[in-house]
Amino acid sequence: MPIHDQSYRRYGGGRTAGGRAWMVIAKAGIRTMLQKRLFLGLLLFSWAPFVVRAVQIYLASTYPQVAAVLDPDSKMFRDFLEQQDFFVFITTIYVGAGLIAQDRRANALQIYLSKPLMRAEYIAGKAAVLFAFLLLITWVPAMLLLFLQVMFKGSFEFLRNNLFLFPAITLGAFLQALLATFTMLALSSLSKSSRYVGILYAGIIFFSAAVYGAMYAITGGSTTLSYLSLGANLTQVVDVIFRITPRYATPWPVSLTVLIGLIVLSISVLERRVRGVEVVT
Amino acid sequence: MPGDPVVQLDGVTVIYGQNEALKNVTAHFARGAVGLLGPNGAGKSTMLKALLGFVKPDKGRMAVLGLDVAQRPLEIRARVGYMPESDAHIPGMNAVSFVAYCGQLAGLPPVDAMQRAHEVLYYVGLGEARYRNIETYSTGMKQRIKLAQALVHDPDLLFLDEPTNGMDPKGRDEMLELVRDLAHNKNVNLILSSHLLPDVEFTCDHVIVMDKGQVAAQGPIQELKGPAGRVFELRIKGDLPAFIDVLRSAGLECQSTDEDVMRVFVPSGAGGGTSDQLAIFTLAARHGVQVRHLRPSVPTLEDVFAKAVGEVVPNP
Repeated sequence: MPIHDQSYRRYGGGRTAGGRAWMVIAKAGIRTMLQKRLFLGLLLFSWAPFVVRAVQIYLASTYPQVAAVLDPDSKMFRDFLEQQDFFVFITTIYVGAGLIAQDRRANALQIYLSKPLMRAEYIAGKAAVLFAFLLLITWVPAMLLLFLQVMFKGSFEFLRNNLFLFPAITLGAFLQALLATFTMLALSSLSKSSRYVGILYAGIIFFSAAVYGAMYAITGGSTTLSYLSLGANLTQVVDVIFRITPRYATPWPVSLTVLIGLIVLSISVLERRVRGVEVVT
Repeated sequence: MPGDPVVQLDGVTVIYGQNEALKNVTAHFARGAVGLLGPNGAGKSTMLKALLGFVKPDKGRMAVLGLDVAQRPLEIRARVGYMPESDAHIPGMNAVSFVAYCGQLAGLPPVDAMQRAHEVLYYVGLGEARYRNIETYSTGMKQRIKLAQALVHDPDLLFLDEPTNGMDPKGRDEMLELVRDLAHNKNVNLILSSHLLPDVEFTCDHVIVMDKGQVAAQGPIQELKGPAGRVFELRIKGDLPAFIDVLRSAGLECQSTDEDVMRVFVPSGAGGGTSDQLAIFTLAARHGVQVRHLRPSVPTLEDVFAKAVGEVVPNP
């Protein structure tokens, strides 16, 4: 009998239930990113603000004279999330730009979609990769800071007085991650070049901010048109979530509508672009 | 049921913009190896993509392994393996990771998927190269890896879209051996889409000939190849087009296969034995044409194809 007859046999084992393919895709994507040293460096670097804030909490808890100046309050957590915006931007580009673009370049979509998984599962799996890393640099350190505050202080008093922080951090971080994830995935589905996608994403963020900046100057310092800037919309909504006076004149429901509209638009783009076959008519 | 077709299409129409890629196609793919034959643009790939659910037909119904494509696409894809025509892989993975990953996507547990990946890679001849990144593979190796990812979850039905594209002669022969082995020794049903007649003839028992989005002929290859009648190879010196007309008016079918060689089909009931040759010689002499070469031949799939593509009868 030839050797190859012995090397192939019918499979008699079990199969997992349907609907889990997104986890396979997510795990593989996360594993691939974690194998990149540059990305690990970026992850470590993005935790630097956490270390600074942790030291602040420690000093304020240990030395009363420092607490007079650096005593953590609810705004500190909002500031921390805002500081992470830079790392969110970099991570979104680094992780997200190639998520679908590289699959399109390698014709992998027809491989994926010939398996027993829905398009929604593919998108969910890809989204989970970026979403997980974004939460790793926003929600996870912010929650850890909250935990450290309790630990170093030795009491639940701060947490009791600021109980809203837990849902606020969660909602703020999740909204930011959701927005970045879906916007980036939609852009990634439009091209076969991850470099081009990264430039496009940065372009959209900076262009919308520049348009708002120009309108701000033209209108003599009015912040009513802040809804033109993606970043300003997010800031506005997260400020409200953290019970801070919003810094722009645009009503927060308008900003929230813009953000939700962008997510819906992104999902619609993904629905059109993620297909097993590209039909050019 | 053993006798049921693995794939059934009833009046399927697929339209891309203004272009009708499939026109009211009704076809039945028998168990075993079925060749989907046709020139480029005949609608073969579109048919496979429609069966996988990539393309939604504008009209008609399709069933794969007894399951309705529109209703139960995921169940179908769990039991089907697809080897696409174009280069396709998951970027940044080596062969064994890629194939195991495909196995997991198809529902295999991780450990089983990895074990199957090794087995299947050995089977397709990539055992020694299984830890290499796929992006470094040659065209032939990429064809093999596509077959491996289609096989890893042990499908009941394989869709192979031009599996020998871009392969060197040795690699092509090996690929065809694999396909033949799968169909004849491993009980895997398969549909081999190709424009290469020898590939289909070597690997398949049945054939469906497509042309311009329609089924031109379908059935067992032996049955299609063996119509009542005889075949001759004929080369002449003289006015070829005029002599073809003469032969046709005498009730003989002619098809050019090369620059100066044609195949002449003599229908059953017409003479037989040496009288066929004699009839051809007589016609040639009567029209001042020299016969340079005349010898009996056997019907080939090429004859079936040429005959079918030349006379497309639309589905009712």
